[in-house]
Amino acid sequence: MESVFQLKEIQYKDILQVERMDIPLHKITCIIGESGSGKSTLLKMLNNLISPSKGEIFFKDESIQNMDSVELRRKVIMLGQNPVVFPSTIRDNFHIALGFSEKELLPDQKLEEYLRMVHLNKSLDQTVETLSGGEKQRLALARVFALDPEVLLLDEPSSALDEETETLIIEETVNYTKKYNKTLIMVTHAKLIAENYGENIVRISKGRYVMKEEK
Amino acid sequence: MSGIVDLGIWQLLSAYIFVIFLLVIVRIKGISREKEILISSIRMTLQLIFVGYILAYLFENDHPGYTLLVIGVMETFAIFNIYKRVKGKLSMGLKKVIALSMASGTLLSIAYFLFVVIQISPWYKTQYFVPLAGMIIGNSMTGIALGVDRLVDGMRAKKDMVETALMLGATPKAASKTIVDHAFDSAIMPTINSMVGMGIVFLPGMMTGQILSGTSPLTAIEYQIAIMLGILGSVSLTVFLFVQMGYQSFFNKEKQLVVNE
Repeated sequence: MESVFQLKEIQYKDILQVERMDIPLHKITCIIGESGSGKSTLLKMLNNLISPSKGEIFFKDESIQNMDSVELRRKVIMLGQNPVVFPSTIRDNFHIALGFSEKELLPDQKLEEYLRMVHLNKSLDQTVETLSGGEKQRLALARVFALDPEVLLLDEPSSALDEETETLIIEETVNYTKKYNKTLIMVTHAKLIAENYGENIVRISKGRYVMKEEK
Repeated sequence: MSGIVDLGIWQLLSAYIFVIFLLVIVRIKGISREKEILISSIRMTLQLIFVGYILAYLFENDHPGYTLLVIGVMETFAIFNIYKRVKGKLSMGLKKVIALSMASGTLLSIAYFLFVVIQISPWYKTQYFVPLAGMIIGNSMTGIALGVDRLVDGMRAKKDMVETALMLGATPKAASKTIVDHAFDSAIMPTINSMVGMGIVFLPGMMTGQILSGTSPLTAIEYQIAIMLGILGSVSLTVFLFVQMGYQSFFNKEKQLVVNE
């Protein structure tokens, strides 16, 4: 099976240690483990937001140390645990993100489609100050969709959502991934989500990669 | 116009009554500031006497070497003063950027101001060079110190925002743009605001000095306008150079955000 990421003898301070890990291309990978186990650290390394103290990470057979970080991040978009929405309108939030990636701006019609995908029934002119925590999180996710990345790195994308919305949003995310043939790598606290949607499950415990399950 | 009245030693001493007055007030109020008041009054007196003699000597012995030495001392003092003024620890990279932008920005402005605007001759004429360069360096120092404060604060406070931008594929420049713009704006605003009140709310020090020494107020304002524009130019240039290079010190080769808490 083709890999999108390969990790070789990775060590990050005394937080995370991974001897070898392959993350398959065009599949849904769920990363699970108790809090503080190093899941977010792993995700940040894949985005080259932090560098491992030792070892090498390959993105499609190319060492990410040799890649331009910005180029990598434009293909591998990450949604952090506490995503920031920019203090402006919903439309501007899309436009700012597209501007960061130096992509062409999208017509309103397209943006509204992304809002529907995250079940955010709001006008593009509305300012983000009026949104709740969960709504901001969904806007941040819609922003990632709009950037049309090859790989999505999502760090607990549903942490601020109620169970019902959570299921809806994860399902939409999974559909998006499948429909456009993307790779999804998602940290989640919900075991059920990992079991239901994960085609590849990575379990991390106390900074060690302990198990990989494939379906 | 008559020249300035030289103050006799007793006249000068009589001005210290203001210090005594302040000491009495803090004593009565029970505010324990006597030590600071005494030290600062003594320091002010000694430093000014010292500078007075140095300048008197320099004016009589004009020499390019002296002028360059004075500029060097002023720049060094200004740079270390900026390091001291900023709250929190500065990274080595940022310190280098401060020194570089301060030195290059002010020297460029001073050169333009003295040789193109004022056209002093010879170029090292201490009587013009030292006070005018001093004003430019002093004001630029205040500007950069403010800019450093805002940039460091902004990078720490908006760490999440910068990281979010990076995750969305932003270059470090785009990710820190709002912080950089804010730092630049905050650093130049005091200079711009001081121009608004000038002549109405207060008479600037240089102009006051010239008028006291018998210069026509019209000549005095010519110099004041010129120096004000020179200061504006130098503050803008130094702060611009600083923020342009400064934000980069918060990112490493891998374009990762490095903020020491």
